[in-house]
Amino acid sequence: MKPRFSLATREALWAFAFLAIPLLFFLFIRIYPAFQALWLSLFEWNADPAKRQYVGLEHYSRMLADPTLGRALRNTALYTFIGVPLQIALGLAIALLLQSVTRLRDLFRAIYFTPYITPAVAVAWVFSWMLSPNFGIVNEILGLFGIPAQKFLSSPSQALLTVTAIVVWQNLGFQIVLFLAGLESIPRTYYEAARIDGADGWAMFRYITLPLLNPVTVFSAVIGTIGFLQLFTQVVNLNFTDQGGPVNSTLTIALYIYQLAFKSFNLGYAAAVTVLLFGIILVITLVQLRILSRRVEY
Amino acid sequence: MKRLIAAALLVLGLASAQQITITYWQYDFKSKVDTINELIQQFQAQNPNIKVVQQTFPYDAYQQKVASAVSAGQGPDVVNLYYGWIPTWVKAGYLQPLPEDAFSTKSMDADFIPMVQAAKVGGKYYGVPTAVRSLALFYNKDLFKAAGINTPPRTWEEFYAAGKKLTVKQGDRYTQIGYGISPDGQDHNVVREVLLRQAGGRPYSDDNKKVLYNSPEGLKAFRTYTDWVKKYDIGVPSFFPGNNGYRDGFIAGKIGMIIDGSFAIGTIKNGAKFNWGVAELPIDRLGARKANFGSFWLHGLSPQATGAKRDAAIKFLQFITSAETEKVWLDKVGELPARRAVLKDPKLATDPVYGPFVISLSYARATPFVDETAQRTVMVNAINRVLLENADPDASLKQAAAEDQKILDQFWK
Amino acid sequence: MKRLPVILAYIVLVLGGILMIFPFVWMILTSLKPFAELFNLEVLPREPTLENYRQVLTQTDFPRWFLNSLGIAGITTISVLFFDSLVGYTLAKLRFPGREIVFVLILATLMVPTEMLVIPWYVMSVGYGWVNSYWGILFPGLISAFGVFLMRQFFQSLPTELMDAGRIDGLSEFGVFWRVAFPLVRPALAALGIFTFLGNWNAFLWPLVIIQSPEMRTLPVGVALFSGEAATAWHLIMTASSLSVLPVLLVFLFFQKQIIEGVVLTGVKG
Repeated sequence: MKPRFSLATREALWAFAFLAIPLLFFLFIRIYPAFQALWLSLFEWNADPAKRQYVGLEHYSRMLADPTLGRALRNTALYTFIGVPLQIALGLAIALLLQSVTRLRDLFRAIYFTPYITPAVAVAWVFSWMLSPNFGIVNEILGLFGIPAQKFLSSPSQALLTVTAIVVWQNLGFQIVLFLAGLESIPRTYYEAARIDGADGWAMFRYITLPLLNPVTVFSAVIGTIGFLQLFTQVVNLNFTDQGGPVNSTLTIALYIYQLAFKSFNLGYAAAVTVLLFGIILVITLVQLRILSRRVEY
Repeated sequence: MKRLIAAALLVLGLASAQQITITYWQYDFKSKVDTINELIQQFQAQNPNIKVVQQTFPYDAYQQKVASAVSAGQGPDVVNLYYGWIPTWVKAGYLQPLPEDAFSTKSMDADFIPMVQAAKVGGKYYGVPTAVRSLALFYNKDLFKAAGINTPPRTWEEFYAAGKKLTVKQGDRYTQIGYGISPDGQDHNVVREVLLRQAGGRPYSDDNKKVLYNSPEGLKAFRTYTDWVKKYDIGVPSFFPGNNGYRDGFIAGKIGMIIDGSFAIGTIKNGAKFNWGVAELPIDRLGARKANFGSFWLHGLSPQATGAKRDAAIKFLQFITSAETEKVWLDKVGELPARRAVLKDPKLATDPVYGPFVISLSYARATPFVDETAQRTVMVNAINRVLLENADPDASLKQAAAEDQKILDQFWK
Repeated sequence: MKRLPVILAYIVLVLGGILMIFPFVWMILTSLKPFAELFNLEVLPREPTLENYRQVLTQTDFPRWFLNSLGIAGITTISVLFFDSLVGYTLAKLRFPGREIVFVLILATLMVPTEMLVIPWYVMSVGYGWVNSYWGILFPGLISAFGVFLMRQFFQSLPTELMDAGRIDGLSEFGVFWRVAFPLVRPALAALGIFTFLGNWNAFLWPLVIIQSPEMRTLPVGVALFSGEAATAWHLIMTASSLSVLPVLLVFLFFQKQIIEGVVLTGVKG
């Protein structure tokens, strides 16, 4: 008996069946609200719907002349371009180290994961003490080497780098777990075959590990970038009474949006900046996916 | 026939005794929450058909809680808010003006101390406070004594002298400072409302549309403050770690003096393990102009309160801002009354801790903000540019005035 | 000769480990300090005490917040593990028109920050009566694009022959997914489980907005009550933080065993 549908059609139908509920969910919960934000950006917002004024692209032209937004953009770019490669490199390196030791693996894994699970509030408090210009242990240690006391989070020139370092430190646990999962998914047989063929450690890394890790690396890069481009919680917690400071040196786009929406009640403008952020993330992500993805099947 | 009339009256009586429930929102602070709960009990006893539900939220997240709720057409009927948020909230449609019959502008002007004028937008009151606060100088009596200083400074010169004496540096790090510099604490208010006024200037025009501190007086006041660090070396920013490092450092006994609000009294009382005192803010010389920054949280009427709910809400508002309530509030929460009559109590002015605050209430002003968060940041950045980036004070203040004016223009257009 | 690199590895891991765990240890040590010792500058408490723990566990609603967070994070994690892997599998292994577009569409949902979504969600919740309910707290997190992306990457690495083998064996498409592919991505599922649980455990903004009454509060919202206008009860915050880490640590230890065990593919051509 001939089947009613071709194999390809059947597969496609199953795919749509699997996707039905999730797609509805995303449409309802994420996509529709996002369009609402887009719509909101064309209005001067007011709690009373009758008083909302259509202003067209006025918010967008205002963005062009907004120095605070410019600063936020610059900072966000710095956070991302420094943070993402750093956390991938460190995460992968430590994952490899963890795989190469046999004793105390579980203990090490748990230890390297603790920053990731330590609540942001506690992290901020501990680091503000550790990095305190006058009382911090870090300056104590630097003093032993004759290095003058640094201001770290209180210095407009050092604050951003300090925050980046702390964020990377916290994210390492995530990166390590991710890369460990990736490394453990590579079949041992490939390494055995390569060893038989006479390959050394470096060659195995270059020709087996790295390529087969590509899906995970791409994931880390894309998610890491999306995460850094939306950096918010740590920035707020690390300078709670002067958020984004000192002197806007740690301000991110997401924090700026939050301040506009929830402190200045300027929802229309906040929506416009959200649209801008969305555009930036979308373009960068598409570029990353195109450049970084490599199909590898052995 | 009589039975019918009796039955009709009963039904009418029941109908008019319909239960109205109103909600009240404030941020979570134990003594405030407890006191409001007690007041609610009393109010409900006096008004059996009104039920008041109090809901509280973390202080740090309070503003966004209200923002989200009202954006969705939900939220409380009576809402507690910081006075500095009033213009923004009014513009965004989050507050109703208080009705003239219950809260006449004339009687409000007369009954409440001057700073409460800041609750007006366009000549109408948009809220009414139970309590107010102002600034004073907290000083560490033990550190003072050890340095040979017997009285708190009354003039700025004495202030500098005391500050210098109490600052101790070891190598390139400070182990103790004379004054807890904190631009994002109360110092930005000190510049804008204390030093500026003492120099003869004012921050904003009467209609609140123009920045006025871009003036010789403004510059004088600004430089005076930045000189505390740059010239007199009586303190440094970020001396002690933590969010309110200036207060924590004072409590830890490492800072000689701080300028802080009366809301900090409880914390300092609980934490400080040394003898401390409170004094009025210093002035240029004896007899010179005094100035102080006052502020307050007040209760407003949200647009949710309509019809019967509105009447109930207004009754509740009147209850929690009465003179009686203010006395209870002072006792249980420790916040100063907002009504002139209640402040007349002579015991208040002579209290060693509350006295300096009470005295200042007669001349304290609440700076009218349109967007408190943004305008606060402008001044904090202006100060930090000088203290942290070695910017020229003139240029920094000019930049601040321009940014501030932009905020005002944006708001009023 | 092989010894040296391994010893070096241990040295690096130990030094790094100290850096990693130091703040965590400090947090716990602070929770053992009485309030009076909060601002002295030593890390070790002079008079260690369990008073803070007693206070947090008996005088605040911490147990209630803890249970709320546990239930919500647990349910969300299970939902995410199922739906995200199903969608990830579909995007990786099933062929259908518009596949790449759907993938980018789902990925794009990650690009709007939660801060802006909170208000539409709240309006929606008001309309459906979900305010101040467990469902209200749960619903935005039940399926996550983050997880879809992660699972897609891992499913892509699976050789297609395995799926075909399953089909030949007579399994339905769902059977191929559930019985063949799903078990093979255990490391990824474990990783996703950890990340989802943790993300949910620490979520603050949305629970803050949707919760009105004290008994619905989740852990981060409850702990935020420990800071106020003039004072922050750091000793209580550190205590609450130390306690809140425990379940996450347990989830981690449980799931990481799954990661370690790895995958052994048999019968695959090298």
